[in-house]
Amino acid sequence: MALRTVFSRRTLASLRSGLSSSVTPTGTRSLVTFSLPDLPYDYGALEPAISGEIMQLHHQKHHQTYVTNYNKALEQLEEASNKGDAPAVVKLQSAIKFNGGGHINHSIFWQNLAPVHEGGGEPPKGSLGWAIDEHFGSLEALVSKMNAEGAALQGSGWVWLGLDKELKKLVVDTTPNQDPLVTKGPLIPLIGIDVWEHAYYLQYKNVRPDYLKNIWKVISWKNASKNL
Amino acid sequence: METVATASLPCALFPRRGKGSPAAGGLASTRRFPYNESKRKCGAGKIAAKFELKPPPYSLDALEPHISQETMSYHWGKHHRGYVEGLNNQIVGTELESMDLEDIISRTYNKGNILPPFNNAAQIWNHDFFWESMNPKGGGKPSGSLLELIERDFGTFEKFTQRFITAASTQFGSGWVWLAYKANRLDVENAVNPCPSEEDKKLVVVKSPNAVNPLIWDYSPLLTIDVWEHAYCLDFQSRRNDYISTFMEKLVSWEVVSNRLEMAKARAAEREREEERRKQEEEHGSTPGDNEATEMYLDSESDESEAE
Repeated sequence: MALRTVFSRRTLASLRSGLSSSVTPTGTRSLVTFSLPDLPYDYGALEPAISGEIMQLHHQKHHQTYVTNYNKALEQLEEASNKGDAPAVVKLQSAIKFNGGGHINHSIFWQNLAPVHEGGGEPPKGSLGWAIDEHFGSLEALVSKMNAEGAALQGSGWVWLGLDKELKKLVVDTTPNQDPLVTKGPLIPLIGIDVWEHAYYLQYKNVRPDYLKNIWKVISWKNASKNL
Repeated sequence: METVATASLPCALFPRRGKGSPAAGGLASTRRFPYNESKRKCGAGKIAAKFELKPPPYSLDALEPHISQETMSYHWGKHHRGYVEGLNNQIVGTELESMDLEDIISRTYNKGNILPPFNNAAQIWNHDFFWESMNPKGGGKPSGSLLELIERDFGTFEKFTQRFITAASTQFGSGWVWLAYKANRLDVENAVNPCPSEEDKKLVVVKSPNAVNPLIWDYSPLLTIDVWEHAYCLDFQSRRNDYISTFMEKLVSWEVVSNRLEMAKARAAEREREEERRKQEEEHGSTPGDNEATEMYLDSESDESEAE
């Protein structure tokens, strides 16, 4: 487990909802708040692919900030909605999309990484393995494609392997900034790779392609199969 | 598009205007931003040239302890250099090869339908502009007409600073934040203002994503801060707000910003004069002759002045 002195998630959540739930005069539901999920491994467990320094900053600072700001925006949204303040509601949308997206994406990200000794990097088996071969020719071809698109992405964003629920096929796609994959269509995220500079810069500096090459050593295909 | 032939004449005929120097000689071109010309190597008689990586106006360690030499060596030495090399590769054998950087930016922005060289071209321009916006002994307050305009358009210098900082911390994702002089342009893209007044020539704080810059809205940029993570994550990690405050308090070169404002005002005035001239010519039905400024420009001893 990551070394943090915190309450268990349940305690924290119940504390939070206790503090922040506001029962309105009409007795409607209380506001759901979000919290930073624990990592299922230590910060240093993904080395040398991703340094412990990056993992700690990425989780404790970046992701935490998205969670904090998402909660704040949702609170403001509820207040504005209850007052019928349409301009305020509309103005909040970008903060909700950005911070909410950041929380969603990073929660997926931690789950789809795993230390080598817990299966990180092990090639996909079963139906996912076959689907990859069928759609992309081979795992190498898929990795190549994702790396190329991830490297070509201008600015900040994510590169994804997704499942198109309607067409029942695998797709590779990218999203800008913190847009979650759902914004691109009826897509279930199977693998998501963060290509914001904060995800790799301290270790790989400007050489994003090296980061992309190495991250596959700690990608959890087991986790991806679960979502298939 | 090219009436002023700056782009087509061999560079030997035209001394480069200095960075940040006040608009000289009144030849403020209506489309040029004279304070950011990338150096070009001129081939014998041929115009197509490569862009060069321009160094900042100070050494890479000069901004310590605020921005580290390590950051500068990556930011300038790798990122900025990468944009230059990338663009040079992209323009080979294309119409862009003989164009000035700002024309490439405009052409490849392509009214929003961005073409691949845009990112490299705009990022070259943006980084040149950014280095020049800073000074190892920067910070403090502006003075003179710049301060007057800031106070007119933002209330106080402190309120401007607050607005700039807020914009920089809420530019979601990669991008830039600018102080710009918006002369006679409406707020929506670069639409022409049908009822221009002195008040419309104002300062604005604007944000732009990724490589976009206010040139594409026909604003005159005066100051910028780079809020791509590579600009600050080695020195400040996730603390973008600390980086922005440090920039404002210790690094902004108000002298450069003031000079840019003077050039922007001169450019706006020149443009107004030209539009007035054009309107009068239309009203009086005379054939629009050569732009007087153009003739002056071309009045050199060389035979090549005849070539267009």
